[in-house]
Amino acid sequence: MNEFWVLLTGSLVGITCGLTGVFLILRKTAMIADAISHTVLFGIVVAFMITQSLSGYWMLIGAAIAGLLTTFLVQVLQSGGLQEDAAIGVVFTSLFALGVLFITLFAGNVHLDVEHVLMGEIAFVPWDTWDVFGFSMPKAVWMLLFVLLLNVLFLVFFYKEIKLSTFDPVFALSIGLPILAMHYSYMTLVSLTTVAAFDSVGAVLVVAMLIGPAATAYLMSKSVSGMIVWSMTFGVTAAITGYYLAKLWNTSIAGMMAAMIGVIFMLVFLFKPHDGWIWKTFKRMKLQKTNIQANS
Amino acid sequence: MLTGNLLWVLVGAILLGIAAGLNGTFAFLQKQSLVGDAAAHAALPGIAIAYLIFQQKDLPILMLGAAITSALAVYMIQWIVGHSKLKADAAIGFVLSVFFGIGIVLLTIVNQTGAGNQSGLNDFIFGKAATMAKSDLVWLSSSALLIILMCLLFFKEWKLMIFDPVFAKGIGLPVERLRVLLTALTVLTIVTGIQAVGIILMSAMLIIPAAAARFWSNHLGIILVTSAFFGALSGALGTIVSSFRTGLSTGPIIVLCAASLFLISYFFAPTRGLISKSLKKKAFKQRNVAKEATNHE
Amino acid sequence: MNALQVKNLSVAYEEKVVLKNVNLAIPVGRLTGIIGPNGAGKSTLIKAILNQLPNKSGAVHILERPLNSKDHTVGYVPQRNAVDWDFPTNALDVVLMGRYGHIGMIKKPSTKDKQIAMDCLKNVGMETFADRSIGQLSGGQQQRVFLARALAQEAEVYFMDEPFVGVDAATERTIIAILKDLKAKGKSVFVVHHDLQTASDYFDWMILLNQTITASGPTELTFTEDNLQEAYGGKLFFMDQAKSNKTFN
Repeated sequence: MNEFWVLLTGSLVGITCGLTGVFLILRKTAMIADAISHTVLFGIVVAFMITQSLSGYWMLIGAAIAGLLTTFLVQVLQSGGLQEDAAIGVVFTSLFALGVLFITLFAGNVHLDVEHVLMGEIAFVPWDTWDVFGFSMPKAVWMLLFVLLLNVLFLVFFYKEIKLSTFDPVFALSIGLPILAMHYSYMTLVSLTTVAAFDSVGAVLVVAMLIGPAATAYLMSKSVSGMIVWSMTFGVTAAITGYYLAKLWNTSIAGMMAAMIGVIFMLVFLFKPHDGWIWKTFKRMKLQKTNIQANS
Repeated sequence: MLTGNLLWVLVGAILLGIAAGLNGTFAFLQKQSLVGDAAAHAALPGIAIAYLIFQQKDLPILMLGAAITSALAVYMIQWIVGHSKLKADAAIGFVLSVFFGIGIVLLTIVNQTGAGNQSGLNDFIFGKAATMAKSDLVWLSSSALLIILMCLLFFKEWKLMIFDPVFAKGIGLPVERLRVLLTALTVLTIVTGIQAVGIILMSAMLIIPAAAARFWSNHLGIILVTSAFFGALSGALGTIVSSFRTGLSTGPIIVLCAASLFLISYFFAPTRGLISKSLKKKAFKQRNVAKEATNHE
Repeated sequence: MNALQVKNLSVAYEEKVVLKNVNLAIPVGRLTGIIGPNGAGKSTLIKAILNQLPNKSGAVHILERPLNSKDHTVGYVPQRNAVDWDFPTNALDVVLMGRYGHIGMIKKPSTKDKQIAMDCLKNVGMETFADRSIGQLSGGQQQRVFLARALAQEAEVYFMDEPFVGVDAATERTIIAILKDLKAKGKSVFVVHHDLQTASDYFDWMILLNQTITASGPTELTFTEDNLQEAYGGKLFFMDQAKSNKTFN
């Protein structure tokens, strides 16, 4: 049963992050997600300092605010004349450092150590349960289901709006879409997804799960909806294979899941028919050969 | 207070700050700041592999391992962007998280081997400048000196290469080799700094002083000097502040010092700072209004 | 009735003035060219009219009313290079985006919307490419898809930013035929254009722009050497060529 909960948690991380990640890739904001995954630590610590509790709600709220703050600060620095990559780098390293400092100063003896934040403790997920309506499930599963629901609702209602404001923001603005509000709502979702996932799998796997499956799906599909399906499939596959390999080699589950994301990406990148790297290299060599023959 | 070792740490932190400040400025101008972040994260698997192979934690060996995987990560980012429709941000984020994930897998394996538990490899994640051994600090300082020297030697070549690569090629500069050299130097800077500052925050040493310095001038030479100064100042302040209290990691404190310098620059720098800019804008508007008024007369 | 009326429009970034005291009044049913040298503020003018710039001053009226995106009176073709053509979607889907303003938030496109999108695609001669990934289209085909999307907006006033840049001759002919057709149906069309040689054949109204309005009016009155010299600040070397071309046509 414990194995089931761990696998379910991993798969839910794969599905939720896979779904959210698609628009990160399409909007070219993958690194803002990386930044948010670091700064949610800051949000959680501040939420803890204020409420003195480690309950899930406060963590979600703290993380959402930290995510919005990150997005906002990056935008402020950019409009202040700093290029985007540097703006992201300045904001997330500063807030992360502040979060680490706060932990050392004010929360040293609580269960909030930084390594946990980075690598997660997915193996401990089954023991931390919540009862909701007499239904007992691991806390991580509840939180992930809740955030998945939010993500699905957002896409059900605003799919065409987020798609258009991603593809052509200038046009979207001209027909009156509130593109800035869309941006912030979406980034809030990214923060919520990040915090729901990272409690169990750690910040690093969250970034891998947000970016990797969606990036792989980007190579595979010709439509946004196809990309969403592929991305979630890759996320779940990486979670399940990663879990069993980690068990086999007795190593970090979250780390192994991230590694499997890398493996899946490389398989697609190298071997995808027609535009995989090997296919293209092979075609180029063949073309060169025929050219040489034609010339001689 | 300033015991022998702390003095060495201080010297090391200052030299590292200068090296990262100089090198980071070039990365900043190439818009490659976050590549440095990926390269820093990618050092982790290299450190673990080096330890697994050689079963010892001599800094040069671990640094070599870190340099190899860091360089591999940078190369992989370029390869992915060059051979697919993926954009740089996705490639960077992907490489960063997967390499770090693999690093954690290997680190877990290292920690399970008997001696590995005390290997202290975990220190690389957050850095431990204050407690570094003197021999390690000698390594750090000489490596930082090498980086500083190289930045001074190739200053004008890199300047031209970044500003106008086509023209640089036209006048016979080996642009590709210069670019590889700059990347190699970035990797060296990261590898040099991670034991002191830590993998996660090393990129801040490259990014923040350079970004702060940009607000002070429009001339590369002045930006470089300012950035090096900011790097050195945050290195020194961070080391001193974190030595006040045990349990404070040096990395985050150095980064927070740099962040404070950044905020000061962002608001108060005379050239491109926020306040001077809005003052200039106001003056400009008033001038226009005055002009308009005279036009109407 | 005026299709477009602009009063005292100015736009400045930081310390750089891009547009200064622009005043315009253009009647309905014209095919208007917005002409001027690089950096004259042509695209900025369109963006300012469409309310996309925060730092502008002045008033804009379209069809005698302040611009309101809920009216759906305005169609827009942005510059082609403003979007990422690797985006995973097909031609028909992009055209369908032109219907989003009519569909409204949250609701899904209906069969009728899809039919309109398909008709617009047919209109620009691209119906066989409906399912094609947009990344696989040529520059000219991409521009036609963008034009089809604007047609799907079923607007009264159209703004097009450099629709002829980087397109093949056949596409240019298709586009201009569609623009003239729109004009025949009583619509008003504004096109940013930089090719002086074709300008006088394409447009019946001209706005000559270089930060300020140099001239605005019917082509035969505004497209004069004096006006052009003024707009282009004496940098106009190919004027003679443009003129000789005109006599041939």
